[in-house]
Amino acid sequence: MSGFLDFEYTGQIMPDLLGGLQITVQATVIGYAIALTLGLLIAVVRRVPVFGSLLHFLMEFIRTTPLVIQLVFVFAMAPANFSPFTIGVVVLGIHYAAYTAEVYRSGIEGVAKGQWEASRALSLPTSRTWGAVVLPQAIRKVIPALGNYLIAMFKDTPLLFAIGVVELLAVAQQVGSRDFRYVDTFTVVGLLFLVVSIPSAILIRRLEKRYVAV
Amino acid sequence: MEFVISQWPRFLDGAWLTIQLTLGGIVLSFVLAMFFGILGTVGHWLPRAVATVYVEVFRGIAALVVMYWFIYALPLATGFQLDDMFAAILALGLNLGAYGAEVVRSSINAVPKAQIEATVSLNMSWLQRTRLVVLPQAWAQMLPTFGNLVVELMKATAVVYLVGLHDLSWVADDLRRLSGDTIPVFLVAFALYYLVAQVLIFCVRLLERRANHKLGRTPPSGGGLIGLLRPPTVGTKVGMAK
Amino acid sequence: MSPSDTPENTTAPGVEGNAADAPLIVFDKVVKRFGDLTVLDHLDFNVEAGERVTLIGPSGSGKTTILRLLMTLEKVTEGHINIGGEPFSHMPRGSGLVPASESYLRQRRKSIGMVFQQFNLFPNMTVRKNIMEAPVHVLGLSKDEASERAAELLDLVGLGDKIDAHPTQLSGGQQQRVAIARALAMRPEILLLDEVTSALDPELVAGVLDVLREVAETTDITMLCVTHEMGFARDVSHRVLMFDKGQIAEEGHPDQIFGDPREDRTKSFLKSVLENGH
Repeated sequence: MSGFLDFEYTGQIMPDLLGGLQITVQATVIGYAIALTLGLLIAVVRRVPVFGSLLHFLMEFIRTTPLVIQLVFVFAMAPANFSPFTIGVVVLGIHYAAYTAEVYRSGIEGVAKGQWEASRALSLPTSRTWGAVVLPQAIRKVIPALGNYLIAMFKDTPLLFAIGVVELLAVAQQVGSRDFRYVDTFTVVGLLFLVVSIPSAILIRRLEKRYVAV
Repeated sequence: MEFVISQWPRFLDGAWLTIQLTLGGIVLSFVLAMFFGILGTVGHWLPRAVATVYVEVFRGIAALVVMYWFIYALPLATGFQLDDMFAAILALGLNLGAYGAEVVRSSINAVPKAQIEATVSLNMSWLQRTRLVVLPQAWAQMLPTFGNLVVELMKATAVVYLVGLHDLSWVADDLRRLSGDTIPVFLVAFALYYLVAQVLIFCVRLLERRANHKLGRTPPSGGGLIGLLRPPTVGTKVGMAK
Repeated sequence: MSPSDTPENTTAPGVEGNAADAPLIVFDKVVKRFGDLTVLDHLDFNVEAGERVTLIGPSGSGKTTILRLLMTLEKVTEGHINIGGEPFSHMPRGSGLVPASESYLRQRRKSIGMVFQQFNLFPNMTVRKNIMEAPVHVLGLSKDEASERAAELLDLVGLGDKIDAHPTQLSGGQQQRVAIARALAMRPEILLLDEVTSALDPELVAGVLDVLREVAETTDITMLCVTHEMGFARDVSHRVLMFDKGQIAEEGHPDQIFGDPREDRTKSFLKSVLENGH
């Protein structure tokens, strides 16, 4: 028994771990921004007849294959001047766009048919129909569902480790193997995950109440 | 391409390990989901609190982190070394079980109160009510989300290649290194994952249809096995949407 | 037994234990509140063994709450309910009474059955299973005995041919008749009927009421019945209780209540029911 959680030691490694957490959070935030934008684009473009079906199949393909091997694949294919972080964030964003697109889609389908008809009756141009009528209503309804993917994404960032991004888990692995003290490092990593994800989950639940009630 | 064909047995070995991990994870997470999900519906606060702690902790930590903890930290903490395969299944099962428990809990709570009242009027005990009336009805409600979770579980198994288990991802990465034929190698791996996912989805759909049939509901898209091949309902990542 | 028999003349078969002349059900200053809303307000009344009592009154007057208290679906806020001379809403502990525990209730509510407005058949079981399940698992009957009992009861309610049907394949009236059979399969001493025809299409009401008339005529089950079917209440019950605002506004023999109501509240209630086409 090497003793559970040595506080002096965890204090020493904390700056390193927090540095890793910072990378994790950065990757999550940028990846999420990509997922939100790209997902919306896909949800709209999916309504185009043939291209939309192809896109739909591609998205389903992305959703049913593992993120980690997608990361490794793109990393192996990408030109050498792209950093692992960039590749990781983009792949993470695309992977989750396949999910957010479905969320947006359900939101768009949830907009009453009468809204489209009213837009047509007012001769609104397509861009206004989407931008001013349909999307604002659709997005409002799916905000909690989108929020859930932020947490899910946060928990998937350790996978960036696979292509050499030095995020939280990678730092812990380095520190742990250097000092041969895996118990402290990995336990702290687990706790750090909880410290971020549990409050976020509570926040999302609040959002849910606020937006679902409306 | 010829290289890929010549390496076919290795792909199959990798896929077989992936399937084993998936099935092991399904069994473990199902048991955990049922146990903690039912615990979460008990009237007393203590079992409910236990269920909440389990769900929040294992939903909150990435499966990979849990797996690393089991493989690297546990032996140092206890002197007890888990088999890597077992540690992987344990981590995946604990993670997906937490999501599943939420599905079980909310499905049980969705059984109409009137059904519970009927069991009281027939003087059934809690156990009889749960076993004979509540779970059979909640089951149909759980299955669609379970279907999504099963696919998520299969995807999550790929992380085991980071701890050196020779699953499909590991084989793909290894063959890529050997040959440099990245595209054909990975396309085959992706296709195999896709195929396994479709088979899993199909199996859950069969269960769903049976469950709905038992509740006297007919499938909206008509009968026939072909009807089960429609694409997944909504991309519900790990059971988050209600 | 014909409805004109007064309950005092009938012995109380099936009631075990205590003095045969004690009432079967006793409400003793029962109060039931939901939050600020008082549904039952210091209610006192008794029901004799074998008696058939109809509870009428405007919605919200507390009649359904009485049945739900007896079925232990709700707990009393104040006061006590005794059944068969023994505490029911409470249980003895030391020298006093404490609110009944779940295990105490399981013992005591064995003799009570209920039929619900919305039938509440189990959708995951066939008709046969719906009827058999509790006798097998709760009473410990063998499957053969329970199946035989299910078949007999289905014949009684006129649905012998539907034994292997699924509840969703039945009409509302048929479902309700199955629900009656399901309640009877537990051989209850007390049967609670909570607006059992209110959810039915008008043409299906008669079939269900005929079944209940038959049950009333051929058994000595004590029945408490909340209904808007005044004709049925008149034919079947020994006594009618008119409820208003959580208290008994008037009670009496059905002929008197329906033929010669004394209270204004009863008169206006009966008038409103008639106007609504019942």
